[in-house]
Formats: sequence, structure tokens, C-alpha cells
Amino acid sequence: MKEIINLPVKNVEEEEYHINMGPQHPSTHGVLRLVVSLQGEIVKNLKPHCGYIHRGIEKMCEKDTYPQIIHLTDRMDYLSAHINNHAVCLLVENALEVEVPERVKYIRTIVDELNRIASHQLWWCSFGMDLGGLTCYFYGLRDREKILDIFEESFGSRLLHSYYIPGGLMMDIHPNFQQRVKDFIKYFRKKIKDYDKILSGNIIMHERTRGVGVLSKEDAISYGVTGPSGRASGFSCDVRKHHPYGVYEKADFKEILGTAGDTLTRYNMRMLEMRESMKIIEQLIDNIPAGDHAAKMKAVIKLPAGEYYQRVEAARGELGVYVVSDGNKSPYRMKFRSPNFSNLSALDHMSRGCKIADLVAIGGSLDYVIPDIDR
Amino acid sequence: MNFSIYDFTSFTQWIDKFLYDNLPAFWAVTVEMVIIGLLVLLFYALVGLFLVYAERKVCAFMQNRIGPNRVGPYGFFQTIADLFKLLMKELVYIKNADKLLFNIAPFIVIIASFMAIAAIPFAKGLHAIDFDIGVLYVIAVSSLGVIGILLAGWSSNNKYSLIGAMRSGAQIVSYELSVGLSLVTIIILAGTMQFSAIVEGQANGWFIFKGHIPAFIAFIIFLIASTAETNRGPFDLAEAESELTAGFHTEYSGIKFAFFFLAEYMNMFIVASIAATVFLGGWMPFHVGGWEGFNHIMDFIPPFVWYIGKTFFVIWVMMWFKWTFPRLRIDQLLTLEWKYLLPINLVNILIMAFIVLMGWHF
Amino acid sequence: MDNAALKERILGLVPDAEFLENKQFLTFVIPPAKMHDLALKLKFETDLAFDYLFCLSGVDMVNYLEVVYHLESTTQKHQLVLKVRTADRENGSVDTVCDIWRTAELHEREVYDLLGVKFNNHPDLRRFFLEEGWIGHPLRKDYVDEVNIVEF
Repeated sequence: MKEIINLPVKNVEEEEYHINMGPQHPSTHGVLRLVVSLQGEIVKNLKPHCGYIHRGIEKMCEKDTYPQIIHLTDRMDYLSAHINNHAVCLLVENALEVEVPERVKYIRTIVDELNRIASHQLWWCSFGMDLGGLTCYFYGLRDREKILDIFEESFGSRLLHSYYIPGGLMMDIHPNFQQRVKDFIKYFRKKIKDYDKILSGNIIMHERTRGVGVLSKEDAISYGVTGPSGRASGFSCDVRKHHPYGVYEKADFKEILGTAGDTLTRYNMRMLEMRESMKIIEQLIDNIPAGDHAAKMKAVIKLPAGEYYQRVEAARGELGVYVVSDGNKSPYRMKFRSPNFSNLSALDHMSRGCKIADLVAIGGSLDYVIPDIDR
Repeated sequence: MNFSIYDFTSFTQWIDKFLYDNLPAFWAVTVEMVIIGLLVLLFYALVGLFLVYAERKVCAFMQNRIGPNRVGPYGFFQTIADLFKLLMKELVYIKNADKLLFNIAPFIVIIASFMAIAAIPFAKGLHAIDFDIGVLYVIAVSSLGVIGILLAGWSSNNKYSLIGAMRSGAQIVSYELSVGLSLVTIIILAGTMQFSAIVEGQANGWFIFKGHIPAFIAFIIFLIASTAETNRGPFDLAEAESELTAGFHTEYSGIKFAFFFLAEYMNMFIVASIAATVFLGGWMPFHVGGWEGFNHIMDFIPPFVWYIGKTFFVIWVMMWFKWTFPRLRIDQLLTLEWKYLLPINLVNILIMAFIVLMGWHF
Repeated sequence: MDNAALKERILGLVPDAEFLENKQFLTFVIPPAKMHDLALKLKFETDLAFDYLFCLSGVDMVNYLEVVYHLESTTQKHQLVLKVRTADRENGSVDTVCDIWRTAELHEREVYDLLGVKFNNHPDLRRFFLEEGWIGHPLRKDYVDEVNIVEF
């Protein structure tokens, strides 16, 4: 658990130290190595070294069929697994111009939003823990278990489901699903007030996060920082609003934008987003139309030759899937535009001039999941 | 007030007389010192073990879980199991470390807290040393702990331990000012530095009520400053910053680490008992001046129970806010002390002096 | 601007742009030499204002290596796809755009690492995922690795 201290090079003229926040580390959520160059307490610059969990997913996609690729996408950003699946399914369905039943669209939207809430809950509890409020971890996980129980009952597993398939869903939802989701929303609306009491209003938390790690709107656009982190800087990038998919057009929800672009604003974005997600689910959960749980697709899915691009709003930003197809059952080239990759590239810029202790707060507020960066 | 059923003075005098009657004077004194030493060691060890267990249970309670419940009834012997584990661990020897200082450092920290415990009154007469400069002695002696921390960081031969130790040292030295000054506020009210006289002076009401506003402010400041002094709670950045500098005790393993760990809990106990003695009345039951009937009923609860109850109440409050709040950054910590707590303390002392002079206290 | 107007504009800036068939986005290929100038104009001309580079990928078409840029304008709400091709598989290089869109810095390192396209004037062109001494570029179609890749 202790970091391997790399090169403590002391340059006599500049007095810079290099410190290694090594791949195994309680605060980098995943295996990420940051070589931080310090002058005293102040961070001068930062170099991320990735690739510790590079599994070659894009290379594997060139040999797998489209239904097999769904299982690989789960494992990229595993906290918004359904949304990753959704991207590939939508790409295939739009390319083949298949019309999925309304029921499928409703269920996919509801499950996406539940996944977003679960992902933000895990973010909240690890953010609290990074700052030192260790109790937050247990509160967040306790409530996340309720969502994971709903998933387990309907889809069979807690974290990596591969529930969406091109054309629809692997199986229909459990009869209890709607009632359990409604109960959960009622329960969580009360609990989220506890989250505010323990962390959001706390003066120590405000002092540690206000004005720390500021990202301006131009920088957010230039670095491609999307999701709640980008919206905190004022960059309006919600794919659910700009390029709607599923039944987001039927739900009434706001795109939350901030102005300050600091860690506290990024924190508030996600807290408000959890509430918006609950609003979306509430509007849709009672209106799921009856119907099939999948459209009829051919046994072997071959996309016509050409290029396709599909964007969805993952929990951390805009996930893009770019496919170059040559007419076979596997894509010729499949590229995943991962939101965490772009968010990480802004970490260096945001942390210049901050102290070491702030680095942890900034990283926590960016909420990166490393397997998504490394694919 | 009549504590004859709970007065230990006669018991201790009986032991004293017994020893002096049967042994030459030199040996009598030596045997007394050995007895006191052993009792203090025993008390230290038992309370330390209990506090570690209590912390885990209180922490679990805050976090909506159960805590240790396997080893012994309600997990009571968990700490003993942990102690065995620490005793069995290999003691890692650092190659270029300064061996003498490396080995002494944990002991210095423990000795400092032993010496402080000796001065605290547990009940009437149950008092190891009763200086007439008791409060000054305790503040002075608890400052010795810093030496242990700085030695630990220095002798580890590790750049990052040194940084951690320096930070810890800076934090402790800064907050000692606030601790001392808040105690001075009460000394002005009490008129004496002797612990037994302070406690006796609270016979008709605890100082926190007698001194109303300035005493209450002093209590709050004392709680904050003493949590920072013991490196606990929201001020534990020096040791929890295991992101980059793993703190001053990184190179210690096994029983030496256990010493640092134990010393931290015992420092918390000492600080809580000083708070209980000076502000909340020590072993004095809850009396309201003038309500003799009520006071008489309160007297039935033994003073030792009062003392332990108050101390553990303060400890529980300290644990409560450790597990609730996030951590402060090191520069915010020092800003809090020098720019906020110190000026408030100084003004508070002036107010208290004025109140005592005008007789506007209870 | 709609796609027809965009097409006119691009042809005005780079007459030898070659437009490709694509149902979703306006896609065109330009020679590598003209890339950086066009990119500057795409970002800074007020009616174009392509400030958001949302995807930078590399593709190995066996005869040539291709770098694909997906651009969007947050103010004008139009999108386009820009492609640059290099036939040189050993030392093929393209000008970097990370001075225009900062997100390109890490994306170009990824393309260099996995496909072997070099980027001129890149501040820190190193491999991103693989270790420094790795030989070969895994996403290429002719990449052979008996140890790490199991062919069925």
C-alpha cells in the first residue's frame, strides 16, 4: 500500500522534487501512476502514467462479433456499465435501421438513470473518504446496495450485467422491478438529505474545495472535459439534451450548469444530478408500455460498410463509439472515446499551483475510473 | 459535603503508616514508589486497551455497522488479540538510522504521558502527586511528547518521515499555546493551580457554569486545541497523509508502533481528564449551590464514577467529531490556531479577569 | 451552418479536399501538409468556431494510416469529420493539433503508441499505454505477437 518512491531528484537551481503517487494508492481510484513535480508544497506539474490495466479491448473488438463486444464494454467504465452497453447497442441499431420496441427504450432509460445514481453514490462515498470523512463511505455504500439488489433480482448480477443486446434486452424485467424502483426513490430522497448534512454543508469541506482546481469554460472545451466536471465549468455538453436517445425527450429534466469550475462546484453538480436522475425515473417508471423485450434481429449481425459514431452520456461524461465497418460480423476498427481519458488530461492543468493535499481533492472531484482510460 | 464513605485519604494513610512501621524509611519510600508505579502502569495499559476497543465500537456505531463482535463477549478482547499480533511482528531495523534515537523515541512519548497521568486526581485522596503548580506541571510535561515525535522522524533516515514529523511538531507546538491559555482562563477563576484545590472549589457548581460565558468559550477552545495537540480528529493530516508522506511512524513496526498507537489514545485520555477536572468538576458530583437536598442525593454516586463518567463523555465527543468531519489541510490548521484561536483566547482571558475582579460569577 | 454551406466553405479554404460518403457527418480528407492551417482556421474563424474536438482516432487501412478528427462547434452546433492519411508506415507523420485543441495531447500519444503515426511538434511524444521499450504498434493489422495474442 505504501508508494514506491521513485527519483527524489533535487535540482539545485530549481529545487524541484519528484514524487510518485504510485499505481497502488488509496486515493487514485484505480491503478494510475502520477509523477508529481513539486516546489516545496506547490505542484509545478504532473505527468500521468497509464497503461497498468490496458487490456487491449479495441484490438479484441476487431475479432469479436457485436453481441460479444457488449460484454467487453461492461468492463471499461464498470460503474456505468449499462450506459456503455447502450452506446454499442444504439450504434448497431441505428446502423441497421432497426426499430426497437418502446418498452425497451423506456427500460433502458430507467436502468441507465439508476446506474447513474449508483455511480454517483460511489463517487460521493469515495470523495468523502479522500477528504477524511470516513463515515461517508459507509452511508453511500449502504444506499448503493439497494440499487444493486434491484439489479441482481432482474438481471442476475450486481455489477457487470451485459443486459442490453443489439435489438433490445437479454430478458424482460422482473415483475417486482417497478415497485422496488419506486420504493427506492422514496427511500433515497430522504437519505440524500443526510448526505447534505454530513458533507455538503460542512465548513471544513468547503474550505478544502472552494477555489481549488479551477477549470475555465474555454479550457473545459479545449480539453474535452465533459460530464458533471465539464458542466461545472459552464460547458453545456449533456448528450441527453443535445443528441437525445432513448426516451429522454419525454422526460422533463434540467441540464445543471455551474460557473465557478472549482472542486466544490463539481461536487454540487453531481449531488444535483442525482436528484435530476430520480426525477427522470419517477416520470418514466409508471408508464412503461407493454410489448416485446427485443426486436427481431438476424442471427449474425453484420453492419454495412461505412463509418458510424454514437454518443451517449455516461456517468462521467460523453462516451463515444466510433466504428469503421467493412461489412463483416466484426468491426474493422472500433474506437471508444472515453470520457475519463479527456478528463484526466485536464488534471495537470487544474492542479498547477495547488498544494499536495489539494491534488487528492481535485482527483476525487474529477471522478476518474482508470479502466476506462486504459481500455 | 460529606464524602466519608468514599474518602480514600484514610486508606492511603493506613498503607503509609503500615509501611513506615515495618520498614526502614528508605525502603518504605521505595516500596511506595514501586506500588504507585505499578498501579499507574496497570491503569495505563488497561485504559489504553479499553479505549482502542471503545473507539472501534463508537466508530462502528457512527458508521451504521457493528464493530468487533467475535473475540470475547461483544468483541471485548479484540484489542488483546491485536496486541498479540503486534508483539509477534518482526522488528525491522533500518540500516542507516540512528539506533539509539530510533529506539528511544517511542519510550519518550510514553514517558511524557505517564508523567501527566500522575498529577490527575481520580477521587478525593486518590492522587499520585499533588503539586501546588499542578496545571503548570501537566502542561509542561505533556509538551515533552513532541521530542519523541521529532526524534522518530529524524532517526528514521527517511526524508518523508522527517517532513511528516516536522509537520506534526509544528502542529503540536502551535496548539500548546491555545491549550495553555484556555487553562489559564480557569486558573484566574479558581485562583489556584493545584488540582485538588481546583476540584474542591467546584463543590458548589462546576467551573463551566460558574464562569458562564468565558468559561464556556475556554472549554470549546480547549477541546479544539487538545484534539489538534494529540494529532486526532479533523487535525490528523500528518499521519493520515499516507498519500505522500507516511508520517513520522512509518519505519516503526511491531511493538514500537504499538507504543505510538497506545500513546495517542492515552494522550486523548489525559486531555479529556484535564478537561473533566478543570471545567467539569473532576470527581465532584453535580452540585447546585444552595440546593442541599439535591446535592445530598448526588453525593451517593461515588466520586470515582463521576470522574470516569465525565472523562469518557469528553472522549466520546472527541471520537464523535473525528468520525464525522473531513480533514483540515496543514495550512488551514495553522491558520486556525494563529489567526483565530489565539486572539480569541487572549480576549477571553481579559474578559474572565474582568469578571473575577467585579465578582460577576456564580 | 448546414452541411452544404460547410462544404462550400471548406472547399474555399482547401480546394483539394476530397469529400467522402457518410450518412452522419460531413467527412473529408485533406493532405497532411495543409492540416495545421486548416485546423487553425476551423477553430478561430467565427462562422466555423469548431472548438470541441470530441474524438481523435487512428485507423490502419492496410495501404495507409489514417488519423480521424471529429469536430463540433459548441456555439454554431455543427459537426464535421476531418481525415488525414499517410502512406508511409515507417515514419509517417502528421502535424500536431494539441496547440489548438488541448485534448489532442494525450489522444495523439495514444495514436502514436498503438498505430505508430508520429506527430510533428508534439511537446511530449511518448508511448502512453505500453512501456518505453516496446517494439511494434499493436493496433496495426500486421502486428504479430506470439506471447500476448492468442489467435483462434
